[in-house]
Amino acid sequence: MEFILEILGLTKSVQLLSFNPPGWGGNLLRGLVNSMQIAAGAFGFGLVIGFFGAYGKLYGGAVVRDLLAIYTTVIRAVPELVLILLLYYVGTDLINQASQALGFGRIEISGVVAGIWVLGIVQGAYSTEVLRGAIQAIPTGQIEAARAFGMSPLMMMRRVTIPAMMAFATPGLANLWLIATKDTALLAIVGFSELTLETRQAAASTRSYFTFFLAAGGLYLIVTLFSGVVFGKIEKWARRGQPSLKGTGG
Amino acid sequence: MRTWHAWTQPHRIVLIGLFAGLVIWCAMALRWDWIPQYAPLAAEGLWRTIWILAATCVLGMLLAIPLGLAQAVGPWYLSAPARLFCTVIRGTPLLLQIWLLYYGLGSLFPQIPWIRSSELWPYLRQAWPYAVLALTFSYAGYEGEVMRGAFASVNKGQLEAANAFGMPRFTMFRRIWLPQAVRNVLPTLGGETILQLKATPLVATITVVELYSVSSRVRSDTFIVYEPLLLLAVFYMIIAGVIALIFRRLEMQVPER
Repeated sequence: MEFILEILGLTKSVQLLSFNPPGWGGNLLRGLVNSMQIAAGAFGFGLVIGFFGAYGKLYGGAVVRDLLAIYTTVIRAVPELVLILLLYYVGTDLINQASQALGFGRIEISGVVAGIWVLGIVQGAYSTEVLRGAIQAIPTGQIEAARAFGMSPLMMMRRVTIPAMMAFATPGLANLWLIATKDTALLAIVGFSELTLETRQAAASTRSYFTFFLAAGGLYLIVTLFSGVVFGKIEKWARRGQPSLKGTGG
Repeated sequence: MRTWHAWTQPHRIVLIGLFAGLVIWCAMALRWDWIPQYAPLAAEGLWRTIWILAATCVLGMLLAIPLGLAQAVGPWYLSAPARLFCTVIRGTPLLLQIWLLYYGLGSLFPQIPWIRSSELWPYLRQAWPYAVLALTFSYAGYEGEVMRGAFASVNKGQLEAANAFGMPRFTMFRRIWLPQAVRNVLPTLGGETILQLKATPLVATITVVELYSVSSRVRSDTFIVYEPLLLLAVFYMIIAGVIALIFRRLEMQVPER
């Protein structure tokens, strides 16, 4: 093993990436865990916003629909980096003002929570559109059948709308999850110690940039490919019972 | 006439009134006195943002066409590297790619004597070539995937007809295959170009002075936080709107079937 590494000239890289103190592998993995936490939280928060947003856009009143249109348009036209800074400052300002009004001092906000809040609002705009499209793609007959059986709106949502839209929503949601994992890198600019920032710190203090950036790229790629497999499984499961479209299209 | 009616519904008038009130409140209550001092820098930044966006989109598209073609119809020794390139670019954050190129190559080049003595060295010492390279690769990676589908979706009969008329292969590609492929994906390309616009602020992290970095400069100089960011957001919305308009114009030229 060591002989092969010697030939490839990778001995130094492996030492740098080892988990024991001279190596920085532990820092990278800690960064990856932080990144995944933020991505999962933001994706979930975004899904909740997206769910209410989609229902509001489809069944809400005129004012609700206009406000949601402004929300999704603005979020999708402004760079994530600018939104992250704006939402970060707004969020910390609001919380500090609230805590001072209640008589507490300034609060240090944890990076993970702030990241989830910021990226979740960005994700919410995109998932609103994905879920709205998916709900619209459900054949009207299925909704009408549920109504005809006298299902209450809540039961209809649980039994018909959500299961039926899963198949249409999964590809878009898979895309959003990948965007969420990659957007966590932007939090490096605000100073959260997620994977990209840990990588940069390790690279800057050891001056071996290629080793660390390529290693981090490998980690991101593993996450992406693994997520692709998982979402493929989910889509297959969501499409069970639907006729396959393969070979029918001209 | 219909569009005019849409704006005069009662709730819309109230919303527009509220919005106008908000804008006026922003103009009166917030601090804008820093604008005259930073306006020249902002103009320069805006120009550089647009320039980087245009250059990387054109270069990226030129790279994306062979990438898409290789994946759609190429033999395995061309399609496999093309697919690998697209997967790697799409699977890793752009920020990481920019930093890899800038810090990685930037620390490697000075160690190589013939690069230091070459004509290109004055450029390679600056940050913008790395920014352009990273953004070009990114656009090419995403668009390579889009073009793969676009090339595959062109009706085979059209290509067979061109073949039957004895059209040379390159002419066929230029006159029939490429135009139809691009037309099919124009809406996607419009969206991707707006995504590319939203990616440009990342190059501010490697010291390229563009629109976003001007706002950071204002923030660090004057400690004014919200005003530059809000103005910046408005600027990006305007540019995104212009891109959307341009692509709508282009789409209108496609004849309807």
